[in-house]
Formats: sequence, structure tokens, C-alpha cells
Amino acid sequence: MNPIIEVEKLERSFGEQKAVDGMTFHVKPGEVFGLLGPNGAGKTTTVRLLNGILPSSAGSARVFGFDPTTQGELIRQKTGVLTETPALYERLTARENLEFFGTLQEIPENDLKRYVDDMLNFFELSARGNDKVETYSKGMKQRLALARALIHKPPLLFLDEPTSGLDPEAAQQVNDLIASLRQTDGQTVVLATHNLLEAQRLCDRVAIINNGRILAMGSLDELSRKLWPVKWVDIKFYSPPTKNVTASLKINRGVMQATVANDALSVQVESDEVIPAVIRYLVEQGTSILKVNPRDYTLEDIYFALQAGEA
Amino acid sequence: MNWRSIWAIARKDIKEVRQNKMAWGPAIVMPLIFAIIMPLLFTIVPRFIPVEDLQRELGDVETLLKNLPPAVRAIFTGLKLEQMFVIYMTAFLLAPMFLIMPLMFSSVVGSDSFVGERERKTMEALFYTPTTDMELFLGKVLAAVIPAITLSWLTYLVYIIVVNVASYGLFGRIWFPLPTWWPMMFWLTPAFALLGISATVLISSRVKTFMEAYQLSGSLVVLVLGLVIGQLSGVLYLGIGAVLLIGTLIWVVDAILIYISVRTFKRSMLVTKL
Repeated sequence: MNPIIEVEKLERSFGEQKAVDGMTFHVKPGEVFGLLGPNGAGKTTTVRLLNGILPSSAGSARVFGFDPTTQGELIRQKTGVLTETPALYERLTARENLEFFGTLQEIPENDLKRYVDDMLNFFELSARGNDKVETYSKGMKQRLALARALIHKPPLLFLDEPTSGLDPEAAQQVNDLIASLRQTDGQTVVLATHNLLEAQRLCDRVAIINNGRILAMGSLDELSRKLWPVKWVDIKFYSPPTKNVTASLKINRGVMQATVANDALSVQVESDEVIPAVIRYLVEQGTSILKVNPRDYTLEDIYFALQAGEA
Repeated sequence: MNWRSIWAIARKDIKEVRQNKMAWGPAIVMPLIFAIIMPLLFTIVPRFIPVEDLQRELGDVETLLKNLPPAVRAIFTGLKLEQMFVIYMTAFLLAPMFLIMPLMFSSVVGSDSFVGERERKTMEALFYTPTTDMELFLGKVLAAVIPAITLSWLTYLVYIIVVNVASYGLFGRIWFPLPTWWPMMFWLTPAFALLGISATVLISSRVKTFMEAYQLSGSLVVLVLGLVIGQLSGVLYLGIGAVLLIGTLIWVVDAILIYISVRTFKRSMLVTKL
């Protein structure tokens, strides 16, 4: 399947400052791709470049096969963007906001009302559809902004910090909505965020960026394997193994080291495949195992390890 | 060119600015003063002021008439002093003041639409739509120009009614508007409305808030004050020829400013200022 987004050595400078510095990545159809980085890393600039509202300084990009610099209008017909601030017309009602953006997205006049009703229903805003947006809570505004981004049913959705400034409950609600979009519509999503949990929960792959450069890219598994090629597994016992058993563990192929602390045994192995052999060996040696816990790395671990490396 | 999008932008901007009382308050008060209070004052006053005082107010009538262009002089010939006073005040002295309105209306809406939208951080969402820069620009210009011209014409209409009703007892007929007013209403007023918006677009790229833009574009009123002083001093009477000539000059300036504005109004440049 051809990628929806193809970016090669993309650059954008503002004076001396490089906001995007040689980024290369592809996004496949149906994928949720994360641009993960701190504020000022170049996430919003990348979204702007890909939608053709800012020209690049060097490199190339293709979105749906179109060049953003010269064919921005064609790209924006097929994309929806949730901006960092909701960017809604507060003096207008939710319905008026959606009708306005639906018109600009060239939804036929006859279908506009149905599209607006569908969006208000989906985002549970129907009851307040005729109220001015200035009377909405932050969470409701964000849902409405998401509805605006989706009004024309775009196959590609850009979400720029979708839960920024929301309380945990509203943030959870927005994240649930994003997850459900992917499940129901198979939408391709580019998620620009500094929220690690959000990225971990929603993204298939992430590009971790800082100072406009991609530090690492891949799925959570790929990234953790790249950073930590070896793996630790923690084992708790009903009856702990003897010192001899612990020392003899190293005779198993793939076991690198084993240490005991607080009645638990920590074993460093070359890969996941070694773990069943270790457990089998310990059982054969007469130990009673209560719990086996392979240490998983979170996106947070990966992110901070990479940022530390960058520093 | 997608006219459906252009009209949608214009309608949305007009709807939005209609709800901004801070913008509309001052812009509504002035037409009320010009269209109702001033003409009432100038048509009713002569009934209560002795003829000698009126004569003093108008100066030496003979000299005044001598200084007027022949076409304007013909209007005053054979009239009573009270009638001359009413015509002089309502049809000549007040005339250029009306040009403040298209300027003010278009700069109010223009400031709210170009700068206010940036100030309220709604511009970026607009940039992410498939509309072209030209469509965005035209939508916003129409949003400013249409109400500016409509409201100016409405003010003229009210003024015409008030002047004729209030002075009917003095003239016994409907005498206003004078022929000079037609080119002012339909040639000069649209030109001034466009001047207000094109200047606002240029100003908007250099300021950050609605109030800054409003105040700066408001300085265009100096132009109108120049015309008022011209009338008062007798240097420039807004006869048909003068109105047509000034109008043509303003249209030329409009064309130049619009050309520069279109080149300035690029989302790729504006987005970096958000």
C-alpha cells in the first residue's frame, strides 16, 4: 500500500533557526502516527508544512501524491486539522461554526445540514448545538473543534496537541473519541503531542523529535528494542532458589546475568525467547514460582532516554 | 474562484462583527448624530433666530454667493435668507462629513475581521480550509465593504427624509438631495468604503490588536476633515465635477492599495504571525 504521507529531508527555517531540520518519514493508510516532542520541537511547523500553509525551505513532501507547496488546496480538501487552540468562532453557535467550515470544505448545500447534525450527534453536542460557543466548557469546545476537523469526512486527520489544557476527564473523553474514530472509520491520523501517555495509547508508530530533528522512529517495541537490546525479567518465588541455582542460571543460553534482591530474582536475557527456557530450568531445579514479570519499557522511558542522549 | 466560499466568509464576518458591541457602539452613534440630530438642528434653528443673526452667521451673502461656482450659485438665487441658511448648512457644509461613515464602517469591520480574527486565534483554522488566499481576501473585503456602503446609504436615506420633513414648512416642497449629492452617494461613498478596508488590510499586517487597527485606520478621517475645511474656507466646493474628480482619485488609490494588499495577504506569511 502506498504511503499517504511521504517526507524526505524536509526543512523549514525561520531566519537562522531551523524549525524542521531534515525530517524523513512515511505514514501508511490507516496508521496512527505520532510526532512526539517537547514544545518548540517542530511539530506544529511540520503539520503546517504538510498542509501547504507554509512553504518548505528544502527537501520534499507528498501528501496523497500532491506537493504541499504548490497543491495545498487539493491536500486541504482531504485533510482535517485540529489546531492546538480550538480556534472556534465564540460569538457564533456550534451549528453556525460547523455550517461555515462545512461550506468552506465544499460540502454540497443540500447535504450540509445532515453532515452538521451527524457531527453534533456523534460528539454529543446536539442539545447545545444552537448555543453560542462562548458558553461551552473547554472539553465541549475541543469536541466541537474535532467535529469541525471531521465535518467533511477527511481520510487524513492531523491532531495538534488534542488534549492540551483539558482536565483529565475531558482529555480522556477526547482520547476515547480519537480511538473510536480509528476503529470505526479506519482513519489515518497524525498526532502531534508532547503527552507521552496519549501517544502510547493511540499511536501505532511515533517519531520522537527535538529541535526539528527525528531522534528515533518506530513502534514502541521497535524503539525499546533499539534502545535496550537486552531485556530484564523479574521472578518472584514461593520458595526462593538457592545461591547455587541462581549462579547456575548462566549456563542457559541467552542468560547474561542474574541478581537477587528482596526475595526476587532479576534475570537479564538477550531476548523474550529466552524467558520460557529460564522458567523451565528454575522449575526443574525445584523452585516454586509465584510471578514472572518481563520488564516493559514505556514510551516515557524511551522518550527520556532519547532526550538524555540528545542533551 | 469559489464564490460560495467567498460569500460564506463574508456572511460569517458580518454575523460576528454584528455581535461585537464594542466595535459597533461608536459607529452607530455618529450616523444618528449626522442623519437626525444635525439636520434637525439646522432646519429648526432659523425659525428661532432673528434674520440679522442669520445674516451674521452666513457673512455677507453677496460675497458668499460670488465665491460659489455658478452651478451652486444658481441653487441659491431667489431664495429667502432662512432657506439659504438651511441649504448652505445641510446640503453643503455637512456633505463631506458623511464620507466619514463609509470609512468608519469599513475600518470597523475590517479591523475585526482581519486583526480581530488573529487576536481571537481563529485564523489558523481558516487557513487549513481549501479556500485560496484570494478567496479569503475577497470574502473579508466584501464583509467590510457591503455593510459599509449599505449603512452609509441607509444613513443618507434617513438624512434625506429628516431634512425634507423638517424643512417642509420652510420650502413647501421636497428639495433635497441636490444633484451634487448623487455622485457623492454612488461614486465617492463606495470609493471611501474601499479605501477604509484596503488601508485596514495593510495596517493589519503591522498591528496585533483590533483596537490598534481600528485607531490607525480611523486616522484616515483626516482626509475627510480636509474636505470639510475646503468647504468651510470656500477653497473647495463639492460640486458634481469636484466629487467626480475626487472620487476618481480615490478609486485609483483604492486600486493601488488593493493590489498591494492582495500581494501582502498570503497565508504563508500570515501564519508565521499567529
